[in-house]
Amino acid sequence: MTTPGKPPIVAPGHSPGSVTDQISSIVLTRMPRWWWAAFGASFALVMMLLFALTKLVVEGTGIWGLNIPVGWGFAIINFVWWIGIGHAGTLISAILLLLRQDWRTSINRFAEAMTLFAVACAGLFPLIHVGRPWLAYWLLPYPNTMDIWPQFRSPLVWDVFAVTTYATVSLLFWYVGLVPDLATLRDRARQRLAKITYGFLSMGWRGSATHWHNYETSYLLLAGLATPLVVSVHTVVSFDFAVGQLPGWHATIFPPYFVAGAIFAGFAMVITLAVPLRSLFDLKDFITIRHLQNMGKIMLATGLIVAYGYVIEIFMAWYSGNWFEEFMILNRIQGPYRMHWYALLLCNVLAPQLLWFKRVRSTPALLFVVAMFVNVGMWLERFVIVVTSLHRDFLPSSWGMYAGTRWDWAIFVGSIGLFLALLFLFVRFLPMISIFEMRTIVPKTQTRGPEEVSQ
Amino acid sequence: MTKIDHPAEDSSTSRRSRIDLAAMRERLQGTRGPRFWRSLDELAETEEFQQLLHNEFPEMGVELPDGVSRRRFVQLMSASLALGGLTACTRQPLEKIVPYVEQPESLVPGRPLYFATSMTLGGVASGLLAESHMGRPTKVEGNPEHPASLGATDLFAQASVLSLYDPDRSQVVTNLDRIRSWSAFVEDTRSKTLADARLRLLTGTVTSPSLAALIQQVLSEYPQAKWHQYDAVTRSNLLHGTESAFGRAVATRYDFAAADVVVALDADFLTSGPGAVRYARDFMSRRRAAADHPEMNRLYAVESMPTATGTVADHRLPLRPSQLASFAAALAAEVGVPGASAPAGANVGSQGEWLRAVARDLQANRGSSVVVAGDYADSEVHALAHAINGHLDNIGRTVVHTEPLEAQSEGQTGSLADLADDMAAGEVDILVMLDCNPVYDAPVDLGFTAALRQVGRRVHLGLYRNETSEHCHWHVPAAHYLESWGDARAYDGTISLTQPLIEPLYDGKTAAEVLSVFTEEGSRPAHDLVRIYWQAALGETGFETRWRRALHDGFIADSALPAVDVALRTEAAAEASARIDETGQITDGVDLAFRPDPTIFDGRFNNNGWLQECPKPLTKLTWDNAALVSPALALEQGLENTQIVEVTVDDRSLELPVWILPGHADGCMTIHLGYGRTRTGRVGSGSGFDAYRLRTSAAPWTVTGARIRRTAKRYKLASTQLHSNIGLAPGPNEEPGFGVEGEEAERRHLVRVGTLENFRQEPDFAQHMGHTPPEDLSMYPPWEFPGYAWGLSIDLGSCTGCNACVVACQSENNIPIVGKDMVAMGREMHWIRIDRYFEGELDHPDVHHQPVMCMHCEQAPCEVVCPVGATVHSSEGLNDMVYNRCVGTRYCSNNCPYKVRRFNFFKYNDTETPVLELLRNPDVTVRSRGVMEKCTYCVQRINHARIEAEKEEREIRDGEIRTACQQVCPTEAIVFGDVNDPESKVSAAKSKPLSYDILAELGTRPRTSYLAKLRNPNQSLEKT
Repeated sequence: MTTPGKPPIVAPGHSPGSVTDQISSIVLTRMPRWWWAAFGASFALVMMLLFALTKLVVEGTGIWGLNIPVGWGFAIINFVWWIGIGHAGTLISAILLLLRQDWRTSINRFAEAMTLFAVACAGLFPLIHVGRPWLAYWLLPYPNTMDIWPQFRSPLVWDVFAVTTYATVSLLFWYVGLVPDLATLRDRARQRLAKITYGFLSMGWRGSATHWHNYETSYLLLAGLATPLVVSVHTVVSFDFAVGQLPGWHATIFPPYFVAGAIFAGFAMVITLAVPLRSLFDLKDFITIRHLQNMGKIMLATGLIVAYGYVIEIFMAWYSGNWFEEFMILNRIQGPYRMHWYALLLCNVLAPQLLWFKRVRSTPALLFVVAMFVNVGMWLERFVIVVTSLHRDFLPSSWGMYAGTRWDWAIFVGSIGLFLALLFLFVRFLPMISIFEMRTIVPKTQTRGPEEVSQ
Repeated sequence: MTKIDHPAEDSSTSRRSRIDLAAMRERLQGTRGPRFWRSLDELAETEEFQQLLHNEFPEMGVELPDGVSRRRFVQLMSASLALGGLTACTRQPLEKIVPYVEQPESLVPGRPLYFATSMTLGGVASGLLAESHMGRPTKVEGNPEHPASLGATDLFAQASVLSLYDPDRSQVVTNLDRIRSWSAFVEDTRSKTLADARLRLLTGTVTSPSLAALIQQVLSEYPQAKWHQYDAVTRSNLLHGTESAFGRAVATRYDFAAADVVVALDADFLTSGPGAVRYARDFMSRRRAAADHPEMNRLYAVESMPTATGTVADHRLPLRPSQLASFAAALAAEVGVPGASAPAGANVGSQGEWLRAVARDLQANRGSSVVVAGDYADSEVHALAHAINGHLDNIGRTVVHTEPLEAQSEGQTGSLADLADDMAAGEVDILVMLDCNPVYDAPVDLGFTAALRQVGRRVHLGLYRNETSEHCHWHVPAAHYLESWGDARAYDGTISLTQPLIEPLYDGKTAAEVLSVFTEEGSRPAHDLVRIYWQAALGETGFETRWRRALHDGFIADSALPAVDVALRTEAAAEASARIDETGQITDGVDLAFRPDPTIFDGRFNNNGWLQECPKPLTKLTWDNAALVSPALALEQGLENTQIVEVTVDDRSLELPVWILPGHADGCMTIHLGYGRTRTGRVGSGSGFDAYRLRTSAAPWTVTGARIRRTAKRYKLASTQLHSNIGLAPGPNEEPGFGVEGEEAERRHLVRVGTLENFRQEPDFAQHMGHTPPEDLSMYPPWEFPGYAWGLSIDLGSCTGCNACVVACQSENNIPIVGKDMVAMGREMHWIRIDRYFEGELDHPDVHHQPVMCMHCEQAPCEVVCPVGATVHSSEGLNDMVYNRCVGTRYCSNNCPYKVRRFNFFKYNDTETPVLELLRNPDVTVRSRGVMEKCTYCVQRINHARIEAEKEEREIRDGEIRTACQQVCPTEAIVFGDVNDPESKVSAAKSKPLSYDILAELGTRPRTSYLAKLRNPNQSLEKT
């Protein structure tokens, strides 16, 4: 399945057996020393997160830099940022599956895991950002003696539905896809505890034709179910802003612009993770330059859509004839937060232009750098949307400034720590590349491989 | 002994008896002798216990005039309970649940009672009604019948309730920092004060006839005694001015309702000084132009620092204070006052045209104009103002002179200087300082503190243990006015009575009670002192009826001082001009003006959190004072906002931060008094800079030749507006200006202003300055309001930005203070704020005040976005907050275009300090952490009125509900009512051509609307 002139999806010289060996051995052998160091570091960040959260619950939202007029800050920025990152996994798994993009196979597993962890991090923020976190469950429509429902006109309630649905479907999708591989691990594990655990988790998978049939059907159905969610989640998240009447929030471009931004951010994060992992775990044979190139192309495309969004925002501000809108844009460009706006343009508009060059797309280090720019840029984008719009709205008397406090940063960095810690646990205990799916590709790729011919 | 005469319900007793219980245990433990007793009576008979009871409920306490002895009952009750507690094995919490045997007719739990009383500031009274919930005062309102109030108050009166319950108040009598009893003080004082003692009394300004009589009695009993008066905010220039104008000291009061043209010479008559509340009402009554009556008065203001009066003025001239006298002389000369002449070297060139226009306007309005000199202006300015008023036949029409309000009208600063000299010379045996703080606020050149140490016996009475009490042998806690009996004169001389709403929380004594210790009769309760005086003064016949009437009304009817006929001395103007000629030279350096702080006054309110956090008019600073300078001076000297400068006068210097204030006169700097206290409560500690350290007796208000030295240091100042100070600290290539805030405020037509001429030609000009979308554009169906529909209208033309509404709202609605750091972060909690906008040129801008509270939008953006339905629309159009339901997403605040919502980022309300529990309005929820809050249109008052109306089976009457901000407003700028009722006042206001909504283009359909501001400029001065 190698297209002429393109790097292969799987490096030459692999048989189904070698694929299984190589991927499962990562899980079944001891972890290298760097893993312990990396996991330890991220675990320390998790502890910092817990400390900051404790302080938050004990003392109150006031430990953050929020004020009136800037009622939302890091918590919402981080929420949207993480949710955006969480988009790539489902997109790769579901949409690319439906589109029969075989190259997705080697990256979908950890992209899905990344999605889950990102959604977990994202889900943390709506819970803790409210003033009385112990009452956050009031956003759920549950039967209660007071006979009170949530207020369904509020986008925050829509958010609850969108995010919980997305998290549930992503988890199911990921787990269903894991079942055959869990069985492989069960069979290969030597330790009793591992055997029992993997055996329990693999739900009695024996690889019969019925199993495969059921598996394929459910996986396809879940893919179909997950596909609209990729679009809906970030659409709903964008409604948090678009439904508000604040200049800088109240824009019809927000749903598509947010979805594109999410995919943009998601792929950037996949690259951020894939580039180091493939060299650390020696997986260059499976996550090849071809994968990186494709992801680079998607980033370029979605990056351009995002840039279009920026342009349209400026255009609409002028075209609407609405002075509040116009002022909002001028304030973005000239106001006290202009450096954030310029940095955003550098990261999200200028940096991805490098991806036009094949050399950049096929050099993992350069790709990694671009992806890091995009990660930062997407965070800045949310900062600009949330803070720059809020800090100067309608009445100049109420304008203010906002800056995150050390606790804002502690929780943000802590959430990155949580994400990484979960990811390190994932690569330790689960196959980060789908073994059985790789096995299905190997014959296709290897038959036409040049070495095979020469043999 | 347990015969119950009458029930009592004094909520203060429970906590007090707890305090004394501890003392009693101590005493009992210390006593030798029988540790057991057979009956309560036995112990109660002991001298020890009688003494304790006496302290606890002194007989001179608040005895109701009807002779019913509640006090006796409470004494016995608490004696029984206290002893019961003593005999118990473990300490039980003390609770007294005493059912009424006979329910007092008027006292219904949950329904407040109102009592007339009065509060003094600088010795002059303002009439109040205090709201009492089950025996505890929670709020004060103006006394509608009192001439100085007419139902309104200033912010100091509003905040006084907080001072009453201040946990930092002085609570016990001390001698050399050891706790002693009042009787020990009495005994010690009486035994040590010999008949030939060189006794000195130091008080603030005294207008109280009964206190003055008592002082005279003391003076007569001690031949060597002397009485000194000193107020840091002295008004002695006024009396000096009248002395030189009329040859005798008289009080001056104005009738602004009769004035068509007013000229204010550094006079902030609308918000400061006695009578300001009444003056503001009278003045604004002449400023409401209607379509059928397009007339209004005209105000010219000359002032150094922009004040409320200056911001209202049609023409304002910034002038450094050292030039004011020259200006007054030139004005007098221009008006044609015989003998007046502009000083030879006076430079009024640039003001010449202004001055001539004012003079012409004054001459055209003979008999209906008035020139007002400010409290801080030199006596020459006062003399000249009187001369002009006399020359224009205003005296007797817009200006009335009466006998002085003060019981003794001698020069105050001179009196304090004499005292300091005598003390330093060791000629004072006993000094009694009654409710004053000279160690902190005496002029620095007197060396008061050092001299004080020479006095053998120093006694201090004060609400707080302060700088002065630190230097005293005896300190006696003062009773707050809400705990006191007393009397004082209002701005017009009306005798206003003070009656207690609650028993002294901390055994506080009034000045009269302390003085009575020095009299032959010995210590007497304040009530007796006041009543006996008035019994003598009013005569025995019908006294009881008159007295009760006066207590009910809060003042003695028709006791205003009558006008006296004074003749202007013909040579007064010439003398004043000559004196100005001698002294009125502009020196090098800058002028330095001292002013009482707009919120904490002379420092006495330093520990009052409401006042500390109340944004000062114009600067919007909280918690600090600063050196206020004009933008031009800042540019010239290279000063930036918050930069610390060293201000040097002679050999004294003070470091404090700079705040650039547009409209401030060039070449001068204003520093407010009252900050930088070294000994105060927890609230006031560490705030601001002590301007008294630069203030001398020779120049209490203005110093010339001050030097400014820049430092590299910065100081954090917390301002509620202009957090970023854009434009006022311009970069190298930027022009100084009001920055984006100013431009945007103007472009968005938030404050709409027109001239009287505009109004005559196009009465509804304000409505054409914005765009109101049609009402059917909303996705959501409109609400129906079949019954009442509450609405509010604010007249921007009448608003002086005095802040009374801000503090009134805070008091009514249990709004917490958050502290300087929180304000600096933008987390202040005020439900109503006064937005201030500058317009025009940086050097003399027009200033607009715009009170903003919740708009109660009919299409409220906040309601749609709340995920839990914690902010909902009521059937009467209120935008209600359901605190219990709020989870704190803050989405509502983000979506509120008016940014009126306030969030409890922390648990701001102090619910731990017991005494503060007494302060709360029981009708308003005390909000906790994590909850959003905002203006409710005082929904508790609406509900009170609704209940009353439903009981009487009628509709709520127009004007029956008044919001706290409306009720307190001195100028009646705020009108609230039912907009469904076409006859209501608010409907009338909203149907005026000047009425407009802010941000109407958003389709929110706010229920709070504004009336555009009108100016009445002199055509000959109008800028082209």
